[in-house]
Amino acid sequence: MRQALRMLARDWRADELRVLAAALVIAVASVTSVAFFADRVSQALARDAHQLLGADLVLLSDHPWQEEVSNKIASFNLEKAAAVNFISMAFAGEQNQLAGVKAVTENYPLRGRLRTAPVPGAPDAVSERGPARGTVWLEERLVSALGAAVGSKVRLGGAEFEVAAVLTLEPERSANFFNIAPRLMMHLDDVPATGLVQTGSRVWYYLYAAGTPDGLASFKAYVQPRLERGQRIDDLESGRPEVRASVERAQRFLGLTALLAAILAGVAIALGTRRFVERHLDGCAVMRCLGARQSRLLGLYAMEFAMLGVAASAVGTVLGSAAQAAIAGALGEVMRADLPAPGALPALQGFLVGLVLLLGFALPPLVQLKNVPALRVIRRETGTASPATVVTYVAGAVSLGSLLIWQAGDFRLGATVVGGFAAAVVLFYMVAWALLALLTHRLVTRLVHNRMLRHGLANLRRHARGNAIQVASLALGLTAVLLLTFTRNDLVEAWRRSAPPDAPNRFLIGVQPEQVEPVKRFFAGEGIAAPEFYPMVRGRLTRVNGRPVSEADYAEERAKRLVEREFNLSYMDSLPSHNAVAAGRWFDVEKNELSVEEGIAQRLGWKLGDELTFTVGGESFSAQVTSLRKLRWDSMRVNFFVIAPPRVLQAFPAAFVSAFRIEPGRESVLNRLSTTFPNLTIVDVAAAVRQAQGVVDQLVSAVQFIFLFTLGAGLLVLYTALVATEDERRRETAVMRVYGASRAQVSGSQRLEFLAMGAIAGVLATLGAAAIGQLLARRVFELDLPPSLGLWLAGPLAGLALLSLNAWLSSRKVLRASPAITLRDSV
Amino acid sequence: MKSGGSDLVILRDIDLEVTRGEAVAVVGASGSGKSTLLAILAGLDTPTAGSVQIDGQDIFALDEDARAELRGRAVGFVFQSFQLLPALSALENVMLPLELSGAADPEGPARDILKRVGLEERLHHFPKHLSGGEQQRVALARAFVARPGLLLADEPTGSLDADSGAAIIQLMFDMNREYGTTLVMVTHDEILAARCQRAVRLTAGRIAA
Repeated sequence: MRQALRMLARDWRADELRVLAAALVIAVASVTSVAFFADRVSQALARDAHQLLGADLVLLSDHPWQEEVSNKIASFNLEKAAAVNFISMAFAGEQNQLAGVKAVTENYPLRGRLRTAPVPGAPDAVSERGPARGTVWLEERLVSALGAAVGSKVRLGGAEFEVAAVLTLEPERSANFFNIAPRLMMHLDDVPATGLVQTGSRVWYYLYAAGTPDGLASFKAYVQPRLERGQRIDDLESGRPEVRASVERAQRFLGLTALLAAILAGVAIALGTRRFVERHLDGCAVMRCLGARQSRLLGLYAMEFAMLGVAASAVGTVLGSAAQAAIAGALGEVMRADLPAPGALPALQGFLVGLVLLLGFALPPLVQLKNVPALRVIRRETGTASPATVVTYVAGAVSLGSLLIWQAGDFRLGATVVGGFAAAVVLFYMVAWALLALLTHRLVTRLVHNRMLRHGLANLRRHARGNAIQVASLALGLTAVLLLTFTRNDLVEAWRRSAPPDAPNRFLIGVQPEQVEPVKRFFAGEGIAAPEFYPMVRGRLTRVNGRPVSEADYAEERAKRLVEREFNLSYMDSLPSHNAVAAGRWFDVEKNELSVEEGIAQRLGWKLGDELTFTVGGESFSAQVTSLRKLRWDSMRVNFFVIAPPRVLQAFPAAFVSAFRIEPGRESVLNRLSTTFPNLTIVDVAAAVRQAQGVVDQLVSAVQFIFLFTLGAGLLVLYTALVATEDERRRETAVMRVYGASRAQVSGSQRLEFLAMGAIAGVLATLGAAAIGQLLARRVFELDLPPSLGLWLAGPLAGLALLSLNAWLSSRKVLRASPAITLRDSV
Repeated sequence: MKSGGSDLVILRDIDLEVTRGEAVAVVGASGSGKSTLLAILAGLDTPTAGSVQIDGQDIFALDEDARAELRGRAVGFVFQSFQLLPALSALENVMLPLELSGAADPEGPARDILKRVGLEERLHHFPKHLSGGEQQRVALARAFVARPGLLLADEPTGSLDADSGAAIIQLMFDMNREYGTTLVMVTHDEILAARCQRAVRLTAGRIAA
């Protein structure tokens, strides 16, 4: 033990262990930061579980609950409360802001408590009842956005309310981690006065029940068979699946990103340990000569590494806990919940990761040390058994792979990430190797007559394998950097640009048929170009080709949600100008035919010729799909998934929607519009986009911390890969100098070698970043990402710059060393 | 020469003249300065005072690159630990000096000389797959391939068993004769020293006899 400690101190002094320590610290810090954060979130979920629902049982519907269900609650001896949720504009003086309205009965919530404060930032207290009639409670964000202090007036649709308190905590809300519109809470009985809930508005209806387990069980059994489409029951067992799912997804994503850093760190550890072993072979041979047994040697080094592992893991854990605080801070705005302090378990997890990495990547090469024959002291060339690289990497990959899959909590997801990463590494390696081989092929070198060039190419060929590893790891690190900088900006820019400058910036929803003409006149009176009004009928998809449809038919989350909700159907004679028919033909207005959007058709498996049946308010109609439409969602115009000829839909109750543009500075028009037509909902599209962007930015900045770790690990891999060949390069240079190579020859050939590697790595990284960027653009953002000149300039240049710097530093170091001394040292 | 912060005089008052084609052994105890003398003769180390002339040219009047160029043209080297580049095959190791001097066809002469040292079957083997004696033969081939006027050898048999050592020495003297090379060799081996025309004994940095 003392001996091992002494060795640790000596090796540390000799700079042999610092890279290993740094890699371990990064890996542990990155994994623990996510683990600490996840721990706090799940603690918060557990703590709030009893009041997550606001009741023991919640019934949720996208249309009003049947009277019989609502009335039956009391007959099971259960307490009952009710609420409706919808989005609406709230006005105060000249200010307006989109609010998430929740209108509740006074006894809400049945479980948990509401908390309010008299002014923003003041200490809050429990409220025994919900808002009284004629009053509203605003979340702090809304108070500041509207400038509406407690005691002032706020208008919602056609009614005006007094702000009675600042809402600081509500059940359910703490579970809705990712929420965009700030809360406005009001009394349920005040809703009719606002006139906001009409045909065409999207409203969620809640019933709450609380009481004895028996009563709840029998009530549940009574309701279950009576649930209609768009209705469901939530209780503690079902545990708000969508909340848990989204939190888990976020955690999993962060966790996997962190583990990528750990993989890279593992590679750095493996490379670093190999160098350590190569440098210690002589020392071990000497110790063997002096009588050390193999087991003692192994024990000594294992102990030395274990101590290093524990120390580095401890530092990493401290760093990780600092980073998680930063992540929580960055997400503070989005995650509207107090997080409890993290527990100790993540620290344990961090140590586990550290030790697995060390065992998986450092132990196999270390075992080589004990196999050194004592004879090596006499004949250096004996026993230079190159560390069994295959065994090393398989052992490391298996241990890390299992760690990844465990973290992902899902074999397929974990395996996909591990496989994807491995494939990227192998691909980068193979491309690098192939390019190097091509560049140094005899056919090419024969064409080169310049001595220095020839020599550089020869160098490239000699180190092909090591160089390919260096190129691959450099490319991985660079890909991460490019993604974080260029690709991210390009995506945000593409998103911004996608809306033309004169695009509509307000949506008008819920215009009743008799209001269309008056609203048009209003716009004319205000000097605003009369917008186009589209009729909208809400209908539920019930059958496809005569077969009943249910969400259970679809595996994909988005498809399930689409089927579960009501569709916005519209009718018109001709194709809207911002749509285009991608397949089939525009419908015949005399027939029962439909035009559907390409994407949704693909998602739900609709084909040309399919017959779709929709139910609108109890009545059904069927029609055949005759065209698939391509449309631009980012055009900020009104778009519909499904369009029918007027004769199909005209008979159903419809509301009209429209989009128009308000120039900045003319927002007062909105207040007049809303006063004249209190039932209309005006959605500030630009603000919604801005808010969504804000959320995305916060998520990105949270992920960035983890990416920083990944980047650090990538740079470490790069460093270890470069350093790994340094000893060999120095010896080679010395021999070359002895045999008459000039400084220029040495540095020139090295520069050429590094430049070629830098260029290949830069191009590979650019390709990688561009490919991932395109994937993100198509799959996640659904927009076209034009090729970025900046990325294509920056990527290869960054590769060249990094390796030129390295070439310069390395050749300086190598040339400064006296060849006589270098050769003597290596004897 | 400075070493470890304090002045350390390794060689002093060395006056040594070697004529063309001569074979000179430098002998002496460990630490007597033999290897340093060799390094200075090759221009790998710089003396604090004094000069070294090869063919009448003061090599320390040249800059490092010019010295390297002179080495490439006129000086061959054999080391105790062979110093073959592990990433290069036997043939490539031998081609290296010719490549560095920009010879038009480095491969032909390299093949010929490897054949001369009896390694025509081992051209594409890497150093780690060669025995110590074979490695030193590759090193000899590398030293002679550019037909240098001067061959400097630092304990050429120090790492070899007696039989391989004897074979290497025989080969070295044969090639010395064939190519008319001047030979300066550092050695511990008195028998080897006796085979040279002259032995120079170093004691504590001075020439003793």
